[in-house]
Amino acid sequence: MSVLVFVEGSKGKVKKASLEAVNYAARLASHLGGGVTALWCSGEASNLEDIGKAGASRLWTAGDAPLVQGDAQALCAALEQAVASSQAKAVVFSHDFTSKAVAPMLAARLKAGLVSAAVADVQVSGGTLSVVKSVFSGKATAEYQLRGALNIITLLPNSFAVTLTGNSVAAEPFGVNLSGHTSRLRVKALKKESAELSLPEAELVVSAGRGLKGPEHWGIIEDLAKSLGAATACSRPVSDIGWRPHHEHVGQTGIAIRPNLYIAVGISGAIQHLAGVNGSKTIVVINKDPEAPFFKSADYGVVGDAFDVVPRLIEAVKKFKAAH
Amino acid sequence: MNILVCISKAPDTTTKIAFKDGDTRFNEDNVTFIINPYDEWYALVRALELKETLGGTVTVLHVGPASAEPEIRKALAIGADDAVRIDLDAQDAGQVAAEVAAFVQGKSFDLVMAGKETINYNGASVGGFVAGYLGWPYVSMATKLDVAGNVATIEHDVEGGTEVLEGELPLVISCAKGMAEARIPNMRGIMAARTKPLQVVPPSGAEALTSVVKYAVAPGRTAVKLIDPEHMDQLVELLHNEAKVI
Ligand SMILES: Cc1cc2nc3c(=O)[nH]c(=O)nc-3n(C[C@H](O)[C@H](O)[C@H](O)COP(=O)(O)OP(=O)(O)OC[C@H]3O[C@@H](n4cnc5c(N)ncnc54)[C@H](O)[C@@H]3O)c2cc1C
Ligand SMILES: Nc1ncnc2c1ncn2[C@@H]1O[C@H](COP(=O)(O)O)[C@@H](O)[C@H]1O
Repeated sequence: MSVLVFVEGSKGKVKKASLEAVNYAARLASHLGGGVTALWCSGEASNLEDIGKAGASRLWTAGDAPLVQGDAQALCAALEQAVASSQAKAVVFSHDFTSKAVAPMLAARLKAGLVSAAVADVQVSGGTLSVVKSVFSGKATAEYQLRGALNIITLLPNSFAVTLTGNSVAAEPFGVNLSGHTSRLRVKALKKESAELSLPEAELVVSAGRGLKGPEHWGIIEDLAKSLGAATACSRPVSDIGWRPHHEHVGQTGIAIRPNLYIAVGISGAIQHLAGVNGSKTIVVINKDPEAPFFKSADYGVVGDAFDVVPRLIEAVKKFKAAH
Repeated sequence: MNILVCISKAPDTTTKIAFKDGDTRFNEDNVTFIINPYDEWYALVRALELKETLGGTVTVLHVGPASAEPEIRKALAIGADDAVRIDLDAQDAGQVAAEVAAFVQGKSFDLVMAGKETINYNGASVGGFVAGYLGWPYVSMATKLDVAGNVATIEHDVEGGTEVLEGELPLVISCAKGMAEARIPNMRGIMAARTKPLQVVPPSGAEALTSVVKYAVAPGRTAVKLIDPEHMDQLVELLHNEAKVI
């Protein structure tokens, strides 16, 4: 039984989270005894061959303008047709803005079961699929059973490392019939973020809160991030006051991330903040208050003034990078 | 303009999460419930603002057992005109949405608004399901919404940025931070809510295709290792050799 995986590009490359999804689809397909078809609608990319290397046995590309633009209703139509043509019994997405828009619509149209934000591989036993997802804003997990004739799973980014050990496959054009699809939505403007690293996909994240006192002090945060090759994030009050752009806001009301390393500087560790970051593998907290609640949820803590500690940490990282 | 706002009920954000019956059910003992924040702060309040400028009605809809009536009454106290509860303890987002869509069908709603996700199930999917069932366009993760005549202008989050869309009603929209500012119900609202209509509707019988078989509380972290603030080279060494993250 074959598996369809939706792969997406960002800044001219296949998104890392999409490659995680291809790996995931390949493991699922090997359980089900079938191949993986990947559908790509993001135009040019410098590393399209990685989709095959990640485990896809077929790569279909569609270049119709509404698809490249990311029109959710058009993508849904394309996926519906790809499910039919590939006779897929499961569809895998990365859990991101696109899948939040498209996956449930697709599930409704195809009467499929949907589990979003999965954090573990699909288990197959006696023909029944089950999968573990993150619930209660990261405070718990739930194992779901999927009983659809078709099932859709979206995978929380950074839940698995990417492996590229397969063979590359040649891209084949996939013809999508969008004639029945007249979009009732018109794009009036598109603002792209300038950040080089996408926060939900970043493996390393440096984040800061109100303890930094003002936007003029973010230089040390950016320098630390740059020395590590990390993305930057912030607490909610910081984005609310406008010190940092709102897409950097992590937590319950912002985005949830699960990087390998989360460094929190001058953030108290309120439960709503933790809801967005406690899936991180390793957490480092830098705070001048030894009583800050964040220390209870940290792996490593530094009690000290950010304005002394962070520059020292930057030096130490630079020394480490020079030696490795 | 007639707006339907989907509200769900969730444990207060500071709740300590626990399970019972062999980890198959959420333990509700001593839990304070709230309206899911995105549904209340963003979807409901923006719906009320639109109604105040454009006229029409705001109906809140909840799929769930009678135990949610305090949260439904709170939505009425904040300003919704009437409420509907579909009497079903639903098993997943698809089943909730099938009931919402069955209710909307054949009525004259111009807009269905949901929250971006529930803070207990984090599915982020009811809105998209509703749109799929109804065959209406869907805009997810909206941070701004304006309506003029029959046309809605919506700003929403997409991969790598934000997009502004324009489109004719009817639509389904999921709402995130930015849509509106939270409102606190006043005494008059609370009094009025007692007598506003709350209709209980039997479920349409849609089946769930997924369900939870077991929960687990996320493992806590082991005690924090404190590093001397003078020796950041030690921290880097631990991140490299012990945590293996750099
Ligand atoms: C329903 C709800 C949802 C919410 N959602 C979110 C969310 O999504 N994300 C989020 O972040 N918050 C959220 N909040 C807010 C949250 O409760 C906290 O208020 C917020 O996270 C605090 O931000 P902060 O840690 O930056 O600031 P503060 O709590 O003010 O903490 C600042 C910290 O900096 C430390 N500090 C000060 N000076 C220094 C220095 N020189 N060096 C080192 N440390 C220093 C202080 O000791 C303190 O611990 C939400 C709240 C509610 C009620
Ligand atoms: N039981 C329910 N009744 C009514 N609306 C709901 C229910 N569950 C979820 N919703 C709506 O759907 C949104 C997304 O929920 P979810 O897909 O579970 O994350 C919520 O923010 C609510 O607006």
